[in-house]
Amino acid sequence: MPIQAEENVENRSNAEHGVIISTRDVNVYYGDNHALHGVSLDINKHQVTSLIGPSGCGKSTYLRCLNRMNDTVDSCRVTGEILLDGVDIYGPSVDEVLLRARVGMVFQKPNPFPKSIYDNVAYGPRIHGLADNKDDLDEIVLTSLEKAGLIKEVQDRLHSSGTGLSGGQQQRLCIARALAVRPDIILMDEPCSALDPIATAKVEELIDELKENYTIIIVTHSMQQAARISQRTAFFHLGEIVETGDTEKLFTSPTDKRTQGYITGRFG
Amino acid sequence: MSFYPLLIVLLLMSAVGYWFGSKKALNTVRKSTNFITPRPHQFGLYVVIWALVPPVILSAIWGMLQVAPLQIEAGTLRQIDQVVFPVLLLLATGAGLYFAILRINPDLRVRRTIEGLVYVILILASIISILTTVGIVLSLLFETIQFFGKVPMSEFFFGLNWSPQTALRADQVGSSGAFGSVPLFTGTLLITFIAMCVAVPLGLLSAVYMTEYASSKFRAVVKPLLEILAGIPTVVYGFFAALTVGVFFRDLGDSLGIDVVSESALAAGVVMGMMIIPFVSSLSDDIIMAVPQSLRDGSYGLGATKSETIRKVILPAALPGIVGAVLLAVSRAIGETMIVVMAAGFAANLTANPLQAVTTVTVQIVGLLVGDQEFDSAKTLAAFALALVLFIVTLCLNVIALMVVRKYREEYD
Repeated sequence: MPIQAEENVENRSNAEHGVIISTRDVNVYYGDNHALHGVSLDINKHQVTSLIGPSGCGKSTYLRCLNRMNDTVDSCRVTGEILLDGVDIYGPSVDEVLLRARVGMVFQKPNPFPKSIYDNVAYGPRIHGLADNKDDLDEIVLTSLEKAGLIKEVQDRLHSSGTGLSGGQQQRLCIARALAVRPDIILMDEPCSALDPIATAKVEELIDELKENYTIIIVTHSMQQAARISQRTAFFHLGEIVETGDTEKLFTSPTDKRTQGYITGRFG
Repeated sequence: MSFYPLLIVLLLMSAVGYWFGSKKALNTVRKSTNFITPRPHQFGLYVVIWALVPPVILSAIWGMLQVAPLQIEAGTLRQIDQVVFPVLLLLATGAGLYFAILRINPDLRVRRTIEGLVYVILILASIISILTTVGIVLSLLFETIQFFGKVPMSEFFFGLNWSPQTALRADQVGSSGAFGSVPLFTGTLLITFIAMCVAVPLGLLSAVYMTEYASSKFRAVVKPLLEILAGIPTVVYGFFAALTVGVFFRDLGDSLGIDVVSESALAAGVVMGMMIIPFVSSLSDDIIMAVPQSLRDGSYGLGATKSETIRKVILPAALPGIVGAVLLAVSRAIGETMIVVMAAGFAANLTANPLQAVTTVTVQIVGLLVGDQEFDSAKTLAAFALALVLFIVTLCLNVIALMVVRKYREEYD
């Protein structure tokens, strides 16, 4: 595995996109269960990287290593090196709580807090003290909603409950909530799996716009989605990375037989 | 014939019916051309139902007749009771048996009869518990109406003086009682308030610790320990309050130069609060656990700390449920009797000072009904009036609490 990862680093697609996250030999254990086996992967800045693979292949586990969400699971243990801008995020100097402000996350099922739309978006800025006064906070909330493409639909009812929105709107609210903390990186764990095709299209469009300013890593079960929105793709299988590369290349001429089998629908 | 021989005969008859029924069913079913027929034991049960239901209904009717006795001579009545009734019963059983066995054939829908009986039994079970409640309320109501015939409502609800000692005979001293219930209700509220001040913070914080911080191993050990508190009989809490806590507070007061009576409201309230802690904590525990993990993840994912997540997401989300739990605990505290009987005072003081003795509604009800009493004196009837008011208060609290809890549950389903 490590050898292949070295190759991937070399055939990096766009020279102007530097590496923002670099992971080397990451292993994850849930108790006795060895969930990730020596995964090495580089994530380029301001690109969409998608992680694909069959259920249980470890792609979500890998994603949750990047903002140390796995720390909230008691039995979970992570080894290896995960560098964010050259700093080991599992190192002693890193506070995982502050890390998560920099590496935002959007979950599979929309999970707005049972608060108003405004309070949902203002939650992050409030706890991190990003706004000095009410006007600042309003500004952050409105721009976040605008960036998430939700502002037109909710501007008249900012103070009604976030749980009253439709599924797709809820998911964009969760994206706005993540954006409000001004992260560099946004992790998305199958963000469209609970949405209908129209809502999915909106979220995909949004992801495409967001990559101008954010680095996005998305776990998805839909290969079409990975092909549509991502620049780079990593294929996971049984807790290992089988193949990584430019999305176009991976989907048109995969080098590994397992990748070929998966993308042509022979398994998974 | 007396009851037990009759019962044994009935059971024997139905057993015989079961045996014959299933045997006949086995024969007829075997000859049947139908592909799927009821199983032989279902036919047996069918016969048993026909054998037992008629005598049960007859007995029920007979029992009701005896509540309102017929105008018959005693000798004849005994004869009916000893001879006619058992004979009728056995005849009904025999007829049922015969009829049922005769009817057995593969096309008979015995399943419908059996399921129908199960349905009736289930309905009866729930009706009995509902009727019991209605009966209790009605008996309280009638006695209360009688009480208000003797004591004006305005005195009972607004009177500030409670001294229910009425004389048994007219020539005794102090024959006039005072039935102002205000001091009792303020006493109850004071003790309940003190109990909640103890139980809500401790119960809630321990629930937060158990759900959010404790490791699963620790939880597995400590949670049952906490729930042992709920299993202690209240009478034990009562003498703990009376002999240990009350004395402790009095001595503490003495050393500080404050006058604390040994049956102070404080002691009773604190011990009652301890009793309610597991109640609050285990209800809040369930409610906090019911807050979806996805909300916690969402909060952590935005870089919130654990305590921020608990304060700003989990507790607000669980708040309606916690309010419901607290209301249930309040109604529990208001109705609690044994602790206050042992630890609180008996004199009806109208005071808000927790260091003095107060009395509660439940203590007074016990006091009014203990000892030799006429059941139509104002003193005894006052107990029913108090009980009715208490019942209405706790019922309202329970209904509100359950509505709040239910509404909250629906939100995440």
